[in-house]
Amino acid sequence: MQTGLLGLIAFFPLLGALVNGLTGGRLPKPLSGGVATLSMVASFVLSIAATWLLVSTGADDGHGHVSYTPLLWEGWTWMAAGSLDLSFSFAFDTLTAVMALVITGVGLLIHVFSIGYMHEDEGFGRYFAYLNLFVFAMLCLVLGDSLPVLFLGWEGVGVASYLLIGFWYQENANADAAKKAFIVNRIGDAALLLGMFTLYWLTGGLEFSHLNGWLGSLSATDVVSEGSPTGLGWVLTLAAVLIFIGCTGKSAQLPLFTWLPDAMAGPTPVSALIHAATMVTAGVYLIARLSGLFALAPYASLLVAVVGTGTALFAATIAVTQNDIKKVLAYSTVSQLGFMFAAVGSGAFFAGVFHLMTHAFFKALLFLGSGAVIHGLQGEQDIRRMGGLRKSMPLTALTFLVGCLAIAGVPPLSGFFSKDEILWFVLSNTSVTGLVGGWVNWLLWASLLVTAALTAFYMFRLYFVVFEGESRVDADVQAHIHREPLSMALPLVVLAGLAVVGGFAGVPHLLGGPLPVWWLDLHGWLHSAVGHGEALYASQFGGDGLAWLSLGAALVSAAIGIVLARTWYGSASEAPAAFAAKLGKLYTGSLNKWYVDELYEATIGRAYRLKALVLHRFVDEFAIDLAGVGGTAWGVRFLGTVVRQFQNGDVQRYAVMTVLGLGVIVYLLV
Amino acid sequence: MLTVPLAHYLILSALLFAIGLTGVLLRRNAIVLFMCVELMLNAVNLTFVAFSRAWGDHTGHIFAFMVIAVAAAEAGIGLALIVNVFRHRRSLNVDELTLLKN
Amino acid sequence: MTAEQFFFYVFGAGMLAGALGVVGARNPVNGALSLVTSFFFLAGLYVLLNAHFMAVLQILVYAGAIVVLFLFVLMLLNLGDDEHGKGKISLTKLAGVGTGAAVMVTLMGAFTGMRDAGLTRGTELSADFGSIEVVGRVLLSRYVLPFEMVSVLLLTGIVGAVVVAKRRL
Repeated sequence: MQTGLLGLIAFFPLLGALVNGLTGGRLPKPLSGGVATLSMVASFVLSIAATWLLVSTGADDGHGHVSYTPLLWEGWTWMAAGSLDLSFSFAFDTLTAVMALVITGVGLLIHVFSIGYMHEDEGFGRYFAYLNLFVFAMLCLVLGDSLPVLFLGWEGVGVASYLLIGFWYQENANADAAKKAFIVNRIGDAALLLGMFTLYWLTGGLEFSHLNGWLGSLSATDVVSEGSPTGLGWVLTLAAVLIFIGCTGKSAQLPLFTWLPDAMAGPTPVSALIHAATMVTAGVYLIARLSGLFALAPYASLLVAVVGTGTALFAATIAVTQNDIKKVLAYSTVSQLGFMFAAVGSGAFFAGVFHLMTHAFFKALLFLGSGAVIHGLQGEQDIRRMGGLRKSMPLTALTFLVGCLAIAGVPPLSGFFSKDEILWFVLSNTSVTGLVGGWVNWLLWASLLVTAALTAFYMFRLYFVVFEGESRVDADVQAHIHREPLSMALPLVVLAGLAVVGGFAGVPHLLGGPLPVWWLDLHGWLHSAVGHGEALYASQFGGDGLAWLSLGAALVSAAIGIVLARTWYGSASEAPAAFAAKLGKLYTGSLNKWYVDELYEATIGRAYRLKALVLHRFVDEFAIDLAGVGGTAWGVRFLGTVVRQFQNGDVQRYAVMTVLGLGVIVYLLV
Repeated sequence: MLTVPLAHYLILSALLFAIGLTGVLLRRNAIVLFMCVELMLNAVNLTFVAFSRAWGDHTGHIFAFMVIAVAAAEAGIGLALIVNVFRHRRSLNVDELTLLKN
Repeated sequence: MTAEQFFFYVFGAGMLAGALGVVGARNPVNGALSLVTSFFFLAGLYVLLNAHFMAVLQILVYAGAIVVLFLFVLMLLNLGDDEHGKGKISLTKLAGVGTGAAVMVTLMGAFTGMRDAGLTRGTELSADFGSIEVVGRVLLSRYVLPFEMVSVLLLTGIVGAVVVAKRRL
């Protein structure tokens, strides 16, 4: 059905951004923060309203599922060129509903938190303008009903991310981090554009409805014939791979993940919103949105799953040694995103989105908690100078603990349910087995298990080091510790609550789910959006037995991680240091992020600098300056010297000229 | 009466003109240069008178008359200038009289 | 050969010899005297062309006044011989001379090919053609304006010469 409600959802954050932006950020702080937060409230309320409208369209589709008809908003004609007729319009289906609620809801909480966190900052108004701008762009991304509108939002969040990472731009390091984020993103975006062009060339249109319709009309033999992909199959795979590369940039997967840890230079609420809950999940959303495409390109999906798993493990190995509280959380985000990609790469689009949602809850919670710590310690971020903060910040400590339990996958918190779903789907995906063999399933599954164990370990290490034990805080910082203000406490509590109960939306059938209420059955809810793609990944092999194995292994790995962390960090102990010494090179390697940045610098960075140098020396200095400009000047001067000979004051010379002219005339006449 | 054809006079005039031209281009003394210019003027006069005779028209005579008058005035002023130049620069070598150079 | 032709060649040769003398003389005074000689022969040519008034005018004004003026100035400035050898003749000048020669040769070639017939209008000259009465009449009737202007021109010339040559204004 048509409704202008959709336009309004995105409009209010834009309005907030304009108000704060056009007044130069000079509004009085309460007004500035109030405008921004109220626009978020409006957006959230409207999203709920839109979801309610969507529910009312629910109808049984005859296959045992409820299908919902998407809401539409026509907008205006954006591009009409040749055979392309694109309008800027929004669509609101079940997948968008989940994303929009997460964005506006979590976003609202983070706005409230920011009012307290950024209270003493001079750029208060500017901050909220950027934050609202970000929400607007993100909403365009999830509401867009065509790839270009999505791309508009995609780039928009990139810009907002750049502005916010480099918010304290007076420090060079911050500006550099912002540039790094944007540039690395751009590399992925180029691939995304190419993928978009491929799809347009293939199907003649860019609206999701058009794409899904076109893909749906393909039969199985169009894509795979006699066991290997047809020409069309390869083109689809190419498009899918290109789009995935774009996702690796935006969602910080290998190899384009290096910007995310550096992005921690921005204010902590920004890290919470953008780099945990929303922007980095855009890649997962995109793949879920294009589930039909990925389902028809099994090789591409395999690539997604492998890269996702690899990234998850890789990032976890770095997180275990980091000493900056935000860096640990950043690598944790990269790792969890890897989980999400492993899910969608195995055809479990629902599971990926489910984990996206739960991750938004507990990661935002963890980031905001760390923000409260940093704020309380006046900017200290090194965990070696923290400790025993449970006494001075009990609420933060409690909510942080909840977050750690959730991310480690301890039942019945949300992380357990979503992570378990992913592990099960990765293990039992027949598509992968069909392509390369069952051993890959086991390999991926085992890697994810190890990652889960590491996750539990480093998160609890973080908890114990920061909140328990003896205080290692500097004395003068210690004197000024204060409890978190209400604006910061409230979001923490709400998010903790969500982290606890959020998982019940996806209770696996193994444990008696899904629950009968529509709003607690995420899988069924998402069926209208991603069901088609999932169906193409027809079956899982193995029965309940395998499922119980996976669930048990998940619990065991979480337990191992937590216990180890407790032993080493629960009380002062020499064990971690001794183990680190034993690891030697491995330890320093992990601490230095496995030198990925240095590798990029040595190869790509140097190549670019060399090219730039050559261009500068040859093209700029020689061809343009010397030959071009200098050459022209020299030529003019030379001509002048020649022509000057005619005016030397010698009368007889002039007479000669006259005679020469006379000769010419006579010749012509006679 | 006209046993000498017009062409002969014209050729003679051309030769005289050429000689005068050579002098103008090659001599360095300003006064000699001037005299060569007079030669050229006379060659022109000869042409005029020859044509006048050939056509039975007195216009050529009048023209030549005007040329002589102008040559006279020009000689007067030109020589006055030369005198002045000589007073200031003590030389009449046209190769040296190049204040307008460059 | 008729008398006319004979005198033509004599006067012509003389005139050219005088011209060459002007161009080639080392001492400018010699050059001026050659010029006079040339003018006299030219006057002879004018007589051959029935331009009696012009001949007289040539001697009176050109040879008698202008060249005399030249000689006055030469004496006044008391120049020595013009050294030929000093300084090379530059290439441009030679090129100029060459071109001039080429022009003349071309013209002469053109003139030789001329047909007299179309030019003479077939009129017999009147007996007093070129005499002072007839020329005077033409001068003062048809060409009276240029005549008067020439007189103004001469006035200007006189004033100009005096102003330019004065030592102190």
